[in-house]
Amino acid sequence: MSTKPKIAFYWCASCGGCEESVVDLAEDVLMVLDAVDIVLWPVAMDFKKKDVEAMADKSIVATLLNGAIRSSEQEEMARLLRRKSQVLIAYGSCAHTGGIPALANQFSHEQIMKYVYEDAPTVVNPANASAVGAGASKTRPVTVCQDNGREPTLPVIRNVVRALDQVVDVDYYIPGCPPTPKLLKEAVLALLSGKLPPKGSVLAPDMALCEQCPRIDSKPQDLSLTEFKRPHQVIIDPDKCLLAQGLLCMGPATRGGCEARCITGNMPCTGCFGPTSRVHDHGAKILSYLASTAAGKEDKDIEKTLAGIPDPVGTFYRYGLAKCMLRGKVTSHE
Amino acid sequence: MSKTNGNWEPRIVAFFCNWCTYTAADLAGVSRMKYAPNVRVIRLMCSGRLDPQFIMMAFAKGADGVLIGGCHPGDCHYVEGNYKTLRRMDLLKRMLKDLGIEENRVRLEWISASEGDRVKWAINDIVEKVRALGPLDMPGKFKDWDKEIEELEAKVAATEEVATDAH
Repeated sequence: MSTKPKIAFYWCASCGGCEESVVDLAEDVLMVLDAVDIVLWPVAMDFKKKDVEAMADKSIVATLLNGAIRSSEQEEMARLLRRKSQVLIAYGSCAHTGGIPALANQFSHEQIMKYVYEDAPTVVNPANASAVGAGASKTRPVTVCQDNGREPTLPVIRNVVRALDQVVDVDYYIPGCPPTPKLLKEAVLALLSGKLPPKGSVLAPDMALCEQCPRIDSKPQDLSLTEFKRPHQVIIDPDKCLLAQGLLCMGPATRGGCEARCITGNMPCTGCFGPTSRVHDHGAKILSYLASTAAGKEDKDIEKTLAGIPDPVGTFYRYGLAKCMLRGKVTSHE
Repeated sequence: MSKTNGNWEPRIVAFFCNWCTYTAADLAGVSRMKYAPNVRVIRLMCSGRLDPQFIMMAFAKGADGVLIGGCHPGDCHYVEGNYKTLRRMDLLKRMLKDLGIEENRVRLEWISASEGDRVKWAINDIVEKVRALGPLDMPGKFKDWDKEIEELEAKVAATEEVATDAH
């Protein structure tokens, strides 16, 4: 039997982009495959849950789990993989801070189900007298049903979308939507060499993106913004600080290490790497910075400038609502 | 202490700047003015030091309301600090509303060192408004939200125990 260290990849509430980033290792993926045994990777290989269950506890050296935790099935897999792994790594924004799926925490379970299964313009779901599900007149998914004497079940969708460490103990975090191949490679090398930082570390540089930004020299000391513009409203100067051009860039309060990829692509930072270690609440911190740069000393001038940020929650917590200190506007629990 | 039982009392965290509002609160004290005892005052050197994280943490840890006091516009000891607060509060209030925190739970007041009576008024007023809104109780809400994962956690723990015994 192979004695190579065992590695598992798993996905929960995610889009598949994190899996893509593994493939983006390009030829380095061969180096990784040479050095480790992959024991679970649902997107690419045929292993089953029972194969993992059959392994001894802590026999997997590391599991890289991407995606937020949103259903009972994901919770169960997270717990199983935690138990079988020496090191559990939250891989990507969703596992790290909730990611895009966590924006659902602004809505109740009922609001989401109603929209997705009844109200969305692309949905065809005629009224149905025999419909089942909470208060439904139209067909909704149910978690248990009867079928020829069997009772098949579906996982339960939770009311709250959670980051991985809000469900199980997490050893390390690799940030990004998706993480860069460089960070993944560095993490794998660190795992193989056993030279790991203290538990709980985010495996990326602990400094704000601005410090690594190629445009830092054109960032003015005092921004005094009179307007926040969206990228499609301006022809963006490819060399000048995006904030100085009135674009809402989250670089000042977002962790670097992404090689400033969006900036290099002439787009502002949207904050996927999350906060640095000194910040408790990413959204509050970027709000603090951006709002204080608004020009004007009168309520009406300030309001006019800040009206350019119509959805502060969606903007500042695009990738991190699960980690917001107030955790989103979850109001009802049917 | 102030839980959701019949004896609930609003719990207000107040952030006062050292040079104006905190001094005014001192003045209210030495003038023996009486105001609602629901406020815990935290002194900051400037209202501009008030990181929006502080306000969010106050709510997350169980505050029912947050009162912020700074120097009048133009009077800031550090020239610009209170303007920064004004701008941050504009956006933060909007964001807190989107996060389900009612507008009346947060308020910003400019109170100079000589306005002890205004401290009294501001405190009484926010206590009254928050009392009308009722308890916010974020810690209780978080606990409630996390109940949904406890059942599975217990179930998995039980099967793990069985598995461990079998080894």
